[in-house]
Amino acid sequence: MSTAPIYADENWNLPSRGMVAMISLLIGESAIFTIFVVAYIFYIGHSVTGPTPAILQVPILNTICLLSSSITIILAERAIEHGQMRRFAFFWAFTMALGIKFLVGTGLEWRDLIYNHGLTISTNLFGTTFYSLVGLHATHVVIGLIMLSIVLIFTLTGHVKQQHAERIKVLALYWHFVDAVWVVVFTVVYIVGR
Amino acid sequence: MADQTLPIPGPTEIPRIGTAGFSEWLHSWIVTVDHKKLGILYVAYSLFFLLVGGVEAMCIRIQLMFPHNHFVSPQVYDELFTMHGTTMVFLVGMPILFGFANYVVPLMVGARDMAFPRLNALSFWLTAFGGILLYFSFVGGFGLYGMGSAPDVGWFAYAPLTAKAFTPGHNTDYWALALIVAGFGTLGTAINLVATIISMRCRGMTLFRMPLFVWLMLAVSGLTLVTITPLTAAQVMLLIDRYLGGHFFDTQAGGSALIWIHFFWIFGHPEVYVLVLPAFGIASEIIPVFSRKAIFGYSTMVGATIAIFFISLAVWAHHMFTVGLTSVSIAFFVLATMVIAVPTGIKIFNWLATMWGGRLRFDTPMLFCVAFVFQFVIAGLTGVILAVAPWDWELHNSYFVIAHFHYVLVGAIVFNIFAAIYYWFPKVTGRMMSEKLGKWHFWVFFAGFHLTFDPMHVVGLLGMPRSIYTYPANRGWNTLNMVISIGAFVQAIGVLIFVWNLIQSLRHGKEAGNDPWDAWTLEWATPSPPPPYNFAVDPVVRSRRPLWDIKHPDDPDWKYEE
Amino acid sequence: MKRRPNLPLIRSGVFILATFFVALPPALGAVARASANTLAPKSTQAHEIFSLAMFALAIVGGIFVVVESLLTYAVIKFRRRKTDPDQEPPQVYGSLRIELAWTVIPILIVIVLFLTTARIIFAVQDPPPPKNGDLQVTVVGHQFWWEFRYPTLGIVTANELHIPVSTRQDPDPTYLTLLSADVDHSFWVPELAGKTDLIPNHPNHMWISPHKPGVYYGQCAQFCGTGHANMLLTVYVDTPAQFAAWVKSQRRPAVDDPAVAAGRHIFEMDACANCHTINGTTAHGTYGPDLTHLMSRATIGAGVAANTAANLREWVKNPNSLKPGAHMPAMQLTNQQIDEVVAYLTTLH
Ligand code: HEA
Ligand code: HEA
Ligand code: HEC
Ligand code: CUA
Ligand SMILES: [Cu+2]
Repeated sequence: MSTAPIYADENWNLPSRGMVAMISLLIGESAIFTIFVVAYIFYIGHSVTGPTPAILQVPILNTICLLSSSITIILAERAIEHGQMRRFAFFWAFTMALGIKFLVGTGLEWRDLIYNHGLTISTNLFGTTFYSLVGLHATHVVIGLIMLSIVLIFTLTGHVKQQHAERIKVLALYWHFVDAVWVVVFTVVYIVGR
Repeated sequence: MADQTLPIPGPTEIPRIGTAGFSEWLHSWIVTVDHKKLGILYVAYSLFFLLVGGVEAMCIRIQLMFPHNHFVSPQVYDELFTMHGTTMVFLVGMPILFGFANYVVPLMVGARDMAFPRLNALSFWLTAFGGILLYFSFVGGFGLYGMGSAPDVGWFAYAPLTAKAFTPGHNTDYWALALIVAGFGTLGTAINLVATIISMRCRGMTLFRMPLFVWLMLAVSGLTLVTITPLTAAQVMLLIDRYLGGHFFDTQAGGSALIWIHFFWIFGHPEVYVLVLPAFGIASEIIPVFSRKAIFGYSTMVGATIAIFFISLAVWAHHMFTVGLTSVSIAFFVLATMVIAVPTGIKIFNWLATMWGGRLRFDTPMLFCVAFVFQFVIAGLTGVILAVAPWDWELHNSYFVIAHFHYVLVGAIVFNIFAAIYYWFPKVTGRMMSEKLGKWHFWVFFAGFHLTFDPMHVVGLLGMPRSIYTYPANRGWNTLNMVISIGAFVQAIGVLIFVWNLIQSLRHGKEAGNDPWDAWTLEWATPSPPPPYNFAVDPVVRSRRPLWDIKHPDDPDWKYEE
Repeated sequence: MKRRPNLPLIRSGVFILATFFVALPPALGAVARASANTLAPKSTQAHEIFSLAMFALAIVGGIFVVVESLLTYAVIKFRRRKTDPDQEPPQVYGSLRIELAWTVIPILIVIVLFLTTARIIFAVQDPPPPKNGDLQVTVVGHQFWWEFRYPTLGIVTANELHIPVSTRQDPDPTYLTLLSADVDHSFWVPELAGKTDLIPNHPNHMWISPHKPGVYYGQCAQFCGTGHANMLLTVYVDTPAQFAAWVKSQRRPAVDDPAVAAGRHIFEMDACANCHTINGTTAHGTYGPDLTHLMSRATIGAGVAANTAANLREWVKNPNSLKPGAHMPAMQLTNQQIDEVVAYLTTLH
């Protein structure tokens, strides 16, 4: 064994790998959403037959719920940073409730479209692009809710502690992303495209 | 600012395969989360598919030896070239380069493993499963009629040929599903690599001290994140069309065939840089070591990489000069495409400058690298020819394009894959590969390569289109096709020599020691093969060439950097 | 001892390269009886492309020679020799000035190449709009054959396109509108023009201004399915007199020869009529080629076989034996019926 002297920097702090990975994932996700959004915009007004976007109703309440869940999750993040676990559990559950409300709202909207307007994914281009874009987003909400509920269960059984704040932040970042994407989807589908 | 010491461990025993029971051995490979074992799995998997894709290429070449040949049926020929292209790009090119990265990047940045070892294992098995699913198409579905329901729509799978109306069987479903699965694996690896490179570097390994291979893998992973995902999205749309009756690409219902072409090349063009950038990285490691000089213009190389990253996202429509774009948009894409020659040229010139004034050692890795530079220049220049849009109207979808991209994919990437295997084999196995067989491998493969792909340019200029299983006998293409096919056989002999060399050297190669090439990056500071934990003590570095600093304490690199 | 770059070697390198790219294809093309050579321009736009191509080739050829000579030189000059001292060569880490040079020079080259290219793009793609009286043809791509419609002349034909010659003194360009009935195809006759794709829902346009009467060969250049390789294409560039005669013969109604009434009856009663049109009969199908003047064409099945009675017989019996993947079914006729139908078809001049 031989050794050689080398130099060391005093501080050596690197970003958290969880955060880096989540940001990378979200960059990839953004590319997926971009493609679906582009397809939606490209096909506005291209349907040859069937219902048009005029039948859509702007889901204002839903949007408010989803966007405010971003605020409640921030409050939950603050709480866990300060070790206030009860407060954390409350805001976490609140976030989930808002997410679930959003999903239920989407479900009712689709039900209306399918039964009252006869719009399914195979009806025409509008149906195809609408359900796949909104559905892709809803899938992300579902995945987010599953992960949130796992955390909630572990919180209630007392397994989540203050030192997990970093990981909670990573998860919260995903939730913020889902909300941000909704702003885009909402604008494209219900405002620009209608 | 304390000085520390970097221990350089002495040689260790080379473990022998087969001492434990076979099932234990197999089990250890299947459940492994060690980045080195996964790296080896990736490379072995890809080499296997290189042979498979190569055999498909041989069948293509046998069929095209003569006009009106009947070696395979038209249907089977279409399956062959589709599977050949898909295999070579998705089951050979990407996994093998990610395999090298998996093995080498953590070692190079002085980490003990990847950031997420279990995600790493998951990614590999997803990729592997994608490959198996793709090949299951030969027997699955309506399989084993002739050749089963292997995809037969070209690796670009243009809509609406992929619509249920035109390809009723399951061929296209296999193509889309297999690539979606493999794509998730690739995404996992890309995320893992970014996290490893950003967050796992050892003390002192600042971004601008990372080896260039690591830089290039960072760029590749970033590029993967934004290019594989559009492909996945487009394939999901295709499946919605095929299974749920959607209309994304249904031209009868107002859908657009053109938008698929856009989506595919938004993925497809950056994809070719995903393949070539790791090859650049390999060359940037090997050329300096065998020239005995530091890489020339490190920061410019990094800058050029970043430039390529961004420009490559804006050139996709150079695959679409004939679809009827407006003249203004064609002109834009011509400009963007030509501009990419500038950062690429910088790389070429910097490699030349690295060799300039050096003391070149022509071991097998270096031979392959020099041939890479030689061939890549030609390939790039034919690329520029294709970027001259009006000329591309003549050359598009002709064998000239086939020649251009095989010059890159084989002449540059496969050559560098071989270089990398000869270079890192001693580290991975503790044994050297035979130099004598290596030289034979190089010269035979080199001759076969040129015999195959040089005449392809000519036959393309003579107007031979691609994707045809037969051709009229009176176009003047006959002799050239014969020569091309003979060249493919010569390449096959070269590959066989390589396989033989691998097997022989694995068993009887002479012991390598830690640092057989007298190299400078951290992986050569560990024993060969490295222990599961890589480094007994976390290394600390102060320059881009930590081992140079150790070997030349009187003249260390860090005096000259920054 | 200083070595100089081997000038004769470099010169012969240039020569070989030039031969390879420019001389070899025409040489080989001349051997071919039906050449589709991209470097043998016979029309206005093919000439434009050719001169641009030669300009681009000169530039990349120059770069090729310079870069590869530097590489060869380095490999020979700086290889390790037995006599070399044992220590490492001097380490050089870079030089901003040199690197700037090999950034700026390529940028300048790119600018020149781009501007030249852009000029030709606009010249070829955006010609002045067709004047009244210019010939207009609608090309429809089908799996795996070509339909040509001359709306102003009332002609519909298949696989063999007739257009008038267009000399410099008396320009008479033909304008094509390109459509597709099913999947993507690409129209390519190398000696006359670059290719333009035929894409469903996306009409494209191109024009051809051929300088020399003759027969020109091409084929579909976008993979479109099993029959793609056999989707050949022939263009007859006619003198004005030939063209007028051809138009006249195509505008006649179909020949009606009572001697082959049996064949005609089978054609009209069996499913043939569902897919094919023969003017003056009850056959108005549009799925397959118009057969009104079938015998005016030299080949059948988009160029797979010569248009002889024997091949027609084989075709009607089992199209897939001549052209695998063709979308015409074998009609299961008896031998006698086939003979009668073929006898009828051979009267369709
Ligand atoms: C790894 C693979 C790889 C790489 C690196 C490249 C690199 C390049 N490619 Fe290639 N290409 C493919 C793989 C690749 N390509 C594939 C697979 C296809 C076909 C896909 C299909 O249809 O199936 C294709 C097709 C393709 C086309 C479309 C052809 C057609 O279908 O009609 C075009 C057109 O512009 C093109 C151009 C280029 C250019 C300009 C580069 C440039 O990046 C090259 C830059 C390099 C140099 C120029 C050389 C070095 C530079 C110098 C020495 C400096 C001085 C030079 C100048 C100033 C000019 N490529
Ligand atoms: C990395 C990518 C890659 C690589 C390495 C290759 C390698 C080769 N390719 Fe491929 N090719 C593509 C990517 C690649 N190709 C793509 C993307 C397409 C387009 C597909 C499409 O249009 O859809 C294509 C298309 C393509 C065509 C055009 C087909 C057509 O359009 O009709 C041809 C024709 O000659 C061809 C030939 C070859 C040959 C001869 C090799 C040779 O270099 C192969 C050399 C290797 C071997 C010869 C292997 C040796 C094997 C053995 C020795 C067997 C031993 C067996 C056992 C031990 C079990 N390729
Ligand atoms: C289902 C539709 C269909 C039916 C029925 C059909 N054809 Fe065809 N036919 C085609 C198509 C499509 C082609 C073009 C095939 C190709 O070139 O790929 C064709 C081509 C031909 C050609 C060659 C034309 C040319 O110029 O290349 C002849 C001749 C012909 N058919 C005769 C017949 C006769 C006779 C019958 C009846 C006995 C018949 N066809 C029934 C679809 C049909
Ligand atoms: Cu039509 Cu290929
Ligand atoms: Cu490209």
